[in-house]
Amino acid sequence: MELWDMKGHQLAEMIEKKEVSVSEVTRSVLDRIRSLEPLLNCYITVLEEESQTLARQIDKYIAQEGHPAPLTGLPMAVKDLICTRGVRTTCGSRILDNYLPVYDATVIQKLKDQRYLPVGKANMDEFAMGSSTENSYYGPTRNPWNTERVPGGSSGGSAAAVAAGEAIVALGSDTGGSIRQPASLCGVVGLKPTYGLVSRYGLVAFASSLDQIGPITRDVQDAAIFLNAIAGHDVMDSTSVKREIPDYTKALVDDVRGLKIGVPQELMVEGVEMKVRDSVNQAIELLVSLGAFCEETSLPYLEHSLSAYYIIAPAEASANLARYDGVKYGHRARGSRNIREMYKKTRSEGFGAEVKRRIMLGTYALSAGYYEAYYGQAQKVRTLIVNDFRQAFQKYDVLVSPTSPTVAFKIGEKVDNPLQMYLSDVCTIPVNLAGIPAISVPCGTSDGLPIGLQIIGRAFDEETILRVAYTFEQYFGFNQSPPLTNPGVQLTEDQKSQVQMSGEGRRR
Amino acid sequence: MSRISREEVEHIARLAELEFSEEEKEKLAVQLNQILEHAGRISQLDIKDVPPTSHVLPLTNVFREDEPRPSLSLEEVLANAAEVLDNCFLVPQILEEG
Repeated sequence: MELWDMKGHQLAEMIEKKEVSVSEVTRSVLDRIRSLEPLLNCYITVLEEESQTLARQIDKYIAQEGHPAPLTGLPMAVKDLICTRGVRTTCGSRILDNYLPVYDATVIQKLKDQRYLPVGKANMDEFAMGSSTENSYYGPTRNPWNTERVPGGSSGGSAAAVAAGEAIVALGSDTGGSIRQPASLCGVVGLKPTYGLVSRYGLVAFASSLDQIGPITRDVQDAAIFLNAIAGHDVMDSTSVKREIPDYTKALVDDVRGLKIGVPQELMVEGVEMKVRDSVNQAIELLVSLGAFCEETSLPYLEHSLSAYYIIAPAEASANLARYDGVKYGHRARGSRNIREMYKKTRSEGFGAEVKRRIMLGTYALSAGYYEAYYGQAQKVRTLIVNDFRQAFQKYDVLVSPTSPTVAFKIGEKVDNPLQMYLSDVCTIPVNLAGIPAISVPCGTSDGLPIGLQIIGRAFDEETILRVAYTFEQYFGFNQSPPLTNPGVQLTEDQKSQVQMSGEGRRR
Repeated sequence: MSRISREEVEHIARLAELEFSEEEKEKLAVQLNQILEHAGRISQLDIKDVPPTSHVLPLTNVFREDEPRPSLSLEEVLANAAEVLDNCFLVPQILEEG
């Protein structure tokens, strides 16, 4: 087995036992990036030199001090909206094309304490607005399972990198499904923690009451290890919660006997493809055969989640993105006669179509005369959704559903129909509105494309969803890899030119 | 729910400091109406007595000790600016002449 194809915890064990060096693991992943990146475009910035230098330093450290931390030296993709000091952080946007953060996000600081190894900044939908990674100034990322298809979004670069061996683990962020949906479409594991568990300091804001950072990994054990590293209160983020953080790897118990599972019928919606429905039902049967109790249930207000979300998230975004004015950082349009003209030109040149659409939507929803009808009403619906979940969790330990109603769709298929695109997050959005945790694990394929099972838990009860996901993974045994896993894969000239032509931004 | 006209697109664009071509305005009006038609369904729900949720955590007024901490240096603060003059952000003309 190639090093780039292994799980994080397997590599960590080999590194600890000195069976392999961090430099060797890094080289294996960098080779993989070199051969596949022209086709997949998982990264906006690849840290080729820096990661090799860092790998040598880490090897030296391990030789001298011994005992690496669980994430020490594991090549990681960092979604390009998480601030990394001195490493450009674009958010997939022209407006931040030159942005070099002068500080590290808290999660990056915590990962540095573990001597993590970033290999690059991962591609994403601009400002995390999208479900396909097509809204990137740096061109779309392709799905390693089928390069005509999207990897999902907005953390599509992170998920595709982990699936294709261009990273061992990855950091993503999730506002309406941006970790879970791409994890589902790329056949990997994605965890959105409870709102407030992981610090958002240094995460470029999209919708502040919904955003959370979380891991994208190859299995549930890696997700638990990763969560251990990033969870916890931070004085720099007042919405991060002060509480005892458990050791999440202790939750990796292969046992679901007696556990009560609810299946919200509102998440088995009309648009769920037959094969996705079948796979999720089979997953449920498997959990029942392992001793879980499972029944259908109803959370009636969930059907209004998408509506509430597409008022609340753009409203918050329109306020958060007001800061991009060409003064303190980012792109500035040239040749303006006065400051208003400079603002307008800068923002119109700097933002892509979807970001502008959402700023317009949010500005409208917050504007005089419409505030109550849209924003006020959406906040009330949010209360009802929170209550629905609270009631359901009095009866059930977890809820399960498909992560995405469909498998990966074709590149270009939904770009001109924003509403269709938004519907791909119909099963993940309610979770963000309620601020609760959820994980996506692979539960099958349809025509060679992965399907994901979403497991939703109580606030701050990541342990139970990890336990269910872990148990499911042990017995289901999803061990398929994308066809690109063939190490000798060669790109045709046609495939190379396709990628080079798409996207205006400079990749590095 | 009311429909967004082209004039309204122009009004919102002014509020958001964005500008669009005529063609973009037409397309935006159509797309925003489609989205709002879906999202606006919630306006029919009779939920006037339901309290709003702006935030899911039961947190109010998070305080900390008022202790001085180091902040970014002037150099760092100005490092990403498009134009700088005398340790200040330089911008185009703010006030009209005359």
